[in-house]
Amino acid sequence: MLRYALKRLASLIVSLAVASVVIFLVVEVAPGDPASFMLGINARPDTVAALRAELGLDASPLQRYLAWVGGMLTGDFGTSYTYRTPVSEMIGDRLWISLPLAIYALTLSTLIAFPAGILAASRRGSPRDIGVMAATQLGVAIPNFWFAMLLVLLFAINLRWFSAGGFPGWDNPFQAMKALTLPAIALALPQAAILARVMRSALIDILSEDFIRTARAKGLTRGQALRRHGLRNALIPVLTIIGLQFSFLLAGAIIIEQVFFLPGLGRLIFQSITQRDLIVVESVVMLLVFAVILVNFLVDLAYAAVDPRLRTRA
Amino acid sequence: MTRPLSSGRTHPLDPEGAPPLLDISGLTVTIHDKTILDAISLQIAAGEIVALTGESGSGKSITAFATMGLLPSVAKATGRISLDGEDLLSQPESRLCALRGNAMGMIFQEPMTALNPVQTIGAQVMETILIHADATRAAGEDARPPIRAEERAREVLDRVGLPQDRFPLSRYPHELSGGQRQRVVIAMAIALRPALLIADEPTTALDVTTQAQILDLLGELVREDGMALMMITHDLAVVSDMADRIAVMRKGEIVEQGPTATLFAQMRHPYTRALFEASRHKADLGQTRPENTLLRVEGVSRDYALPRTKLFAPRAHFRAVDRVSFDIRRGERVGLVGESGCGKSTLTRAILGLEAVAEGRITLDGEPVFTEGHPNLAVRRKMQVVFQDPYGSFNPRHRVDRLITEPFHLLPDPPKGAARTQAIADALTAVGLQPGDAGKYIHAFSGGQRQRIAIARALIIRPELIVFDEAVSALDVRVRAQILDLMAQLSRDYGLTYLFISHDLSVVRSITDRVLVMRAGRIVEQGVTTEVFDTPAHAYTRALVAAAPTLPEEGAS
Repeated sequence: MLRYALKRLASLIVSLAVASVVIFLVVEVAPGDPASFMLGINARPDTVAALRAELGLDASPLQRYLAWVGGMLTGDFGTSYTYRTPVSEMIGDRLWISLPLAIYALTLSTLIAFPAGILAASRRGSPRDIGVMAATQLGVAIPNFWFAMLLVLLFAINLRWFSAGGFPGWDNPFQAMKALTLPAIALALPQAAILARVMRSALIDILSEDFIRTARAKGLTRGQALRRHGLRNALIPVLTIIGLQFSFLLAGAIIIEQVFFLPGLGRLIFQSITQRDLIVVESVVMLLVFAVILVNFLVDLAYAAVDPRLRTRA
Repeated sequence: MTRPLSSGRTHPLDPEGAPPLLDISGLTVTIHDKTILDAISLQIAAGEIVALTGESGSGKSITAFATMGLLPSVAKATGRISLDGEDLLSQPESRLCALRGNAMGMIFQEPMTALNPVQTIGAQVMETILIHADATRAAGEDARPPIRAEERAREVLDRVGLPQDRFPLSRYPHELSGGQRQRVVIAMAIALRPALLIADEPTTALDVTTQAQILDLLGELVREDGMALMMITHDLAVVSDMADRIAVMRKGEIVEQGPTATLFAQMRHPYTRALFEASRHKADLGQTRPENTLLRVEGVSRDYALPRTKLFAPRAHFRAVDRVSFDIRRGERVGLVGESGCGKSTLTRAILGLEAVAEGRITLDGEPVFTEGHPNLAVRRKMQVVFQDPYGSFNPRHRVDRLITEPFHLLPDPPKGAARTQAIADALTAVGLQPGDAGKYIHAFSGGQRQRIAIARALIIRPELIVFDEAVSALDVRVRAQILDLMAQLSRDYGLTYLFISHDLSVVRSITDRVLVMRAGRIVEQGVTTEVFDTPAHAYTRALVAAAPTLPEEGAS
């Protein structure tokens, strides 16, 4: 198990190094001068020259790359050109919304999807199964921003249980979680629909395996065989999807952030791209890549925890 | 290899005495109005071994599943199955759950997939005990002293020959071989000492020596614990040694049943006789005409890299084939036998030029089969292969004509138009099919017909050597006999050379002139087939021959 974890960790570090080089090349070394690009075509030459100096573009690419990576390792992400504030602070503020929101949404989606998937798979072809499949079909099809607006209409405007948007900060954790609840539901619904379908089909595959028949011959009921022998074996494909969904939720929540006026990471990327604030773009993209790779690493560890065969194979 | 249960020991059912433990009468099973089992009746007494035999689709397994109450939900069962006086068909599911694993246990055919891969063997054996302990407690009928699950699991694993020091409860299924996994499945089935044990082809997927050990173990359990054993097998030879009585099934009916010795001596039903004759069928190979060498294998070795045990240690290697040398002369039919993992498949791939070898040379007609990292096409044209699985080895979306003309890509100038049609018709006719079959899809054919098509595919470019890789292992005995006859006839008619790879000694005996015995990557013995099997020189060959189940001589009682 330790060997497996070390191997995965080594692969994580290599992936990060490669990703950093690619991002650096794309943003900084690709044809075109970042400074003039950031300032737009009408900028005065001396402004461009000043920005070039400020960005350290005079140095060689290798020196700039090392300075960038070294800075990130010590927590210095540079200074935003647009806002004149340290990028690390900007990301930090946003992360405190996006990360809890992603975790919240993922928890909800898992809590909905697991029972739904199990329910559908345990009686395949039954009215329960058909009902769950129809609901998930709908869940996948409904655009989440539209669903978000329905939620606002119902719970914020009519019932007045929640506020329609905005974020009060973490001073009062209850209020903060309350503000994140509607966005989390809106994000969780389509994810839950996908996850429930994956869970169902993985379980149906597993339930036709020989060892389920063996378990039944031992005297387990259908439900016991499913819970004791089916679930853990069905987890591998489900974990894969959960990993992908988390990465998506972290950065892909931009539309929902717009609907609920949440200052999250998605909005930050969008704003920095429109304002050509390349330092911010570069750092946020790197951060997201880091998050995705880290999540994959955790999913790999979870695989090994679930399936003993992976521990020895490595 | 001793077989403690000889056919001399019988447990004739005593009509006057105690009722049989399992009493099936007039059992009929239908699925969507199709009759799968037609009013069968069968009794098994405690301490008795009753074999259920017949070809695939005869209803053997359905009988077992009906008894266990594990029929698919679309199946309807009528009649009576009584276990110890209790009618199983009228019991609710909860009662059946309490009986399964407790009063009746079951062992399955495929040990590789019968265990949950993510649970330890200890947990899986203990589950049988715990699930019934829970159920008893819940029902408030806790009369028996509680069984210590872990202790009993250990005890029962020891009992099936998996001792503590090598097989602690913490082992996972993937760390065990097929035979060892089958022992775990048996341990799970007998953990609560059920009165009835059902074994559905328990040794079909195993090597002969492993098969003999598992059969010994089952016989021992019956003798010592007084269990009743329903043994399902397609192989008459497997049960001829151990069963007290045999029931022969065909198309959902029991056509004949009786004490083993009587059944073999009389064989009243023609179907029984046909099965028996097909099992010991000997194909007519005609005269061997020893000619010049066709295939030459010289000092061939093949290594596989093993996973690293330490992060930076050099990789260890496993030598799958170890300095193997042999010749096959033109027109010879040569068998290659050995158990799984002995290197047969690796050697086959090397002969077909699919893989490079670490050392040595393989030549066909003097030309190397593998050159510069590729199979040598000029040589590949002269040899073809027929695989085991008649279901998986065809693309279901292609018609037969396209399937069997696949080897044409090996030819520099493949026939076209009328010549192609003629070649297809010739190949199909040669294997006993109609030229008109060319336009059909593969799903329209039975297993035996598919294997004929596989042979037609091999034959169509008129190769000199055909490699048969377990080519008849998946077939029922009567179909197998027909295919073996076809192979023999083709070899006579076209002067074909065969390399016949199989773990089944009786098949190799019936279709080959010469045999090579392989073990742990080496050829340990070779010679004329009848001589090697009748007077084996090497200890391993002797063990193989002794372990292989045999049918009694005809007419012997």
